[in-house]
Amino acid sequence: MQYQVKLDIFEGPLDLLLYLIKKNEVDIYDIPMALITGQYLEYLELMKELNLDIAGEFLVMASTLIKIKSQMLLPPVEGEGEGEDETDPRAELMEHLLEYQRYKEAAHQLVTRELLEKDIFKRPQTEDPGEAKVDGDMLIEASLFDLVDALRKVIERKDLPENIMGVAVEKMTVRDKIVSILRQLKETPQLVFQSLFDPLVTRFEIIVTFLAVLELIRLRAIRVFQVQPYGEIRIVALASQVPLDDLGS
Amino acid sequence: MEEDSRVEQTVIPTENAEQAAEQTAEQAAQAADATDPGKERLKCIIECLIFASDIPLTIDRIKQVLEDLAPRQIRELVAELIEDYRTSPRGIHIREVAHGFQFCTRPEYASLVHQLRKSKPYHLTQPTLETLAIIAYKQPVTKAEIELVRGVDCAGVVKSLMDKNLVAIQGRKEVIGRPFLYGTTQKFLEVFGLETLASLPTIEEIKQLSDAAIPVAEEDTH
Repeated sequence: MQYQVKLDIFEGPLDLLLYLIKKNEVDIYDIPMALITGQYLEYLELMKELNLDIAGEFLVMASTLIKIKSQMLLPPVEGEGEGEDETDPRAELMEHLLEYQRYKEAAHQLVTRELLEKDIFKRPQTEDPGEAKVDGDMLIEASLFDLVDALRKVIERKDLPENIMGVAVEKMTVRDKIVSILRQLKETPQLVFQSLFDPLVTRFEIIVTFLAVLELIRLRAIRVFQVQPYGEIRIVALASQVPLDDLGS
Repeated sequence: MEEDSRVEQTVIPTENAEQAAEQTAEQAAQAADATDPGKERLKCIIECLIFASDIPLTIDRIKQVLEDLAPRQIRELVAELIEDYRTSPRGIHIREVAHGFQFCTRPEYASLVHQLRKSKPYHLTQPTLETLAIIAYKQPVTKAEIELVRGVDCAGVVKSLMDKNLVAIQGRKEVIGRPFLYGTTQKFLEVFGLETLASLPTIEEIKQLSDAAIPVAEEDTH
């Protein structure tokens, strides 16, 4: 029987290296490459034995370590870099480790603060979306993708027949729909995107309504937003006047 | 002074009546400075506004209600209000966070609130925190730049930070591929109790703390 064990202590090769440096109490500015490389490879071997997936990054780091180690074995090349300090092959790795260590410390500083919903609590936000929320800056602007996705849901939900053709339905125009949406917004400050489609039956009407929404966004007459990512899309009116005469039909 | 004026009053009461009245009014105002009814009322109003606001309330928004007050005066009143809460035995206080002010519970009672809410303390995993720290300090930053520091793939972690609304896309970098640029949100400031991004310890301070944590072998220099 096989057991799958996930060790997430070492999230990446840098984590493992820092661990080895600390464990051996060696100087990060003067890493003994032979010792650390040896232990690093041993650890990879252990992970293999434990049947752990070794992420590619670990292997890349292994080759980097071996490369540095071999570079250090080479005698300094004569003529090159006369008088000036030979650049330490470990310098880049060291910088990288130090930088990573800094952000680990920064993360530690963050988590030791008084955290909301852990150490302290604020008043729960009011559920009523109609007030206060609208001019808050926590709102998420709905993107075109959100709108298209909402439209897709509307069409799926309706389970429409392709079109009821032949009957001379009085056709609704984008312009009519714009007027109707604006009228609804005068009565209620906020509309739910889905609700615009509620009384509709045909695919044609749904498309016309959707085009009307897009047109109103373009004219900056409405604003579409979500209270949470991928949440329900809501519509509010903006103050600008809509030049109805300029609209095509 | 007081005696003098009293003497004067008795000698020539009619002439100096007005002046004396003015003086007593001034004295009264001085004596009552600590509990000036007008000022106390303003503090009460500000207290209401902070309480009724869903998001940390900014000085600007308080000013929209108390138009006659200068931002500096509002700030002073809020500071007094904060001090009032701090010095009296209360379970809640007002904190300055995310460019505004907000009521919150005191940390010593956290476990009891969790008990009431049947909630677990807000928790972020180590990789999430590290990534958040990198974004906070290097923003606006691309995913590739984050991965360069951490040495591992960060797509999942960045996604989860976005789901938590701690991080948001702030634009695109004008390089090949136009990758997204990530930065922290208002919610980030609120969750970590930061007034502004400038309230984070500087990267120099972090450097010192971090370097102190790194073992440096105590060897003789050769």
